[in-house]
Amino acid sequence: MSTVVLLTITGLGLAALYFLVASGLSLIFGLMGVLNFAHGAFLTIGAYGTWWASDHLPGAGSTGWGFVLAVVFGVAVGTAVAALIELALIRPLYERHIEQVLVTVGLSLALVALVRATWGADPHPFPRPEWTQRTTSVLGANVPNDRFLLIGSAVVVLVAVLAFLRFTRFGLIIRAGVENRSMVTALGIDVRRAFTLVFAIGGAFAALAGALGGIYLGSISPGQGTSLLIFAFIVVVIGGMSSITGTAVAAVLVGLVQQFANYYAASGVGDLSVVLLLAAVLLARPSGLTARLA
Amino acid sequence: MSGTVTPPLLRMSDVHVRLSGSHILQGVDLTVRRGGVTALLGRNGAGKTTTVKAVLGLVPSTGTIEFTGSDGRNQRLSGRRTHEIVRHGIGYAPEDREVFGGLTVAENLTLAERRNSPHHHDRVYELFPELKQRSRQLAGTLSGGQQQMVAIARLLLNDNQLLLIDEPTKGLAPLLVAEVAEVLARAAEEVTILLVEQNLTVVRRMADDAIVVDQGRIAWSGPAPELMADADRTRELLGVATTGGHA
Ligand SMILES: Nc1ncnc2c1ncn2[C@@H]1O[C@H](COP(=O)(O)OP(=O)(O)O)[C@@H](O)[C@H]1O
Ligand SMILES: [Mg+2]
Repeated sequence: MSTVVLLTITGLGLAALYFLVASGLSLIFGLMGVLNFAHGAFLTIGAYGTWWASDHLPGAGSTGWGFVLAVVFGVAVGTAVAALIELALIRPLYERHIEQVLVTVGLSLALVALVRATWGADPHPFPRPEWTQRTTSVLGANVPNDRFLLIGSAVVVLVAVLAFLRFTRFGLIIRAGVENRSMVTALGIDVRRAFTLVFAIGGAFAALAGALGGIYLGSISPGQGTSLLIFAFIVVVIGGMSSITGTAVAAVLVGLVQQFANYYAASGVGDLSVVLLLAAVLLARPSGLTARLA
Repeated sequence: MSGTVTPPLLRMSDVHVRLSGSHILQGVDLTVRRGGVTALLGRNGAGKTTTVKAVLGLVPSTGTIEFTGSDGRNQRLSGRRTHEIVRHGIGYAPEDREVFGGLTVAENLTLAERRNSPHHHDRVYELFPELKQRSRQLAGTLSGGQQQMVAIARLLLNDNQLLLIDEPTKGLAPLLVAEVAEVLARAAEEVTILLVEQNLTVVRRMADDAIVVDQGRIAWSGPAPELMADADRTRELLGVATTGGHA
């Protein structure tokens, strides 16, 4: 029983990371038709930004509010980089989706190489506030607290995104744009501003996932974001490409399947089962779990 | 010709559109004068929708498209982005309505509120009381006629100078055709309309001027009653007889 509880909560923690990365991917794809391969790099930037700030930024540190400040810094850098990339490299290629995707592929390689050149290829230990390293007993299982941090953050982000889409004018523009971009422009709306916004939002969430992933794994390395990105893409596809709630459900499925398969079959089987899950969902419902945003 | 003639609201000169290798518009020249209804006619596939989309910048075009609004300033629309073109006071109701099915009726209207215009929700709900009752319903669950009401409501929500309306009665039951025509006739008292319409009963009732497109070129333009009175010419240009008054 306690094993099942631990696996479930850990699987949900993993799902939280997948959701944070996949929600931005899905917003960007839904609105702009761009598969953003640079998204993993935003995660890496968030992780390294937090790590760097915890050591160098005045007021920041590796515990308490100092650590929160370090995370805020990492997220801010990830957000800014994402917005700048949209403005400088994606926007000039408006409506040229293949070129846009190629640019994001190039960027993902370049940004990771830049991080590697600056801080080396070896993993660095990531600052972990002491609370995250303690455990809480749940139904007999000793669950590391960082799982709750991951899950809690993802739930807050999920609720915030849904509220944003539902209640703000930008959210309305994004929902409409996912359905029919050209009609949005025909109503006199500059939909490109929403493009920059979804890139920035996606960058923020991915960077947050980078910081949380650092806590979860205990170390950071340049390639981390890219390997997580593959699972995030699978989550996006299973979730229906442009639906936030679909993405959340898919993230939970993928996280749980991966954890349980790794434990009960053999390590590594988890990744395989995720691919099988993807195939099964696509065979049963070719457009993913849900085809609508929010 | 005196030098004081007011310029037309819209002028297209030598407009060409090429789409996926096909030369769709092959040098369109047309003017829409201020006030009243100008009908844009032609057989299926003649290039009516493409002409409207070229005005809006929804398809890439070459040539000149100019708009002279009530401020008297001549604006070149060609080469501008769609949202900038529309902000000159141009409303668009596309052929397939293109209301946002995943948004409620009220959200569809809120989205259509243009920054630089007052918003006339009252006027819209007075014209279409049904939309008020259904304001919280998803537009995707409305009937075709109700969706057309949303599409027209979007046009009348803002202060516009020109409405581009593409086949608003297509696929509607006769009663709804009459209702839509009635609403558009009322709107035409205040705003210029360029109306793409296949239903000649509606054309006869509403249109002041007519422009006929054929194979990507303008084949005829002039007063609508003149065209409608000429059975041979309408048969030749539109492939239909004007007599018989079918709805
Ligand atoms: N995106 C496109 N690519 C290629 N051809 C198109 C495209 N859109 C329309 N066409 C062609 O252009 C011609 C004119 O289309 P359209 O303007 O929609 O005609 P109408 O509205 O008069 O029926 C048609 O032959 C149509 O098949
Ligand atoms: Mg058409």
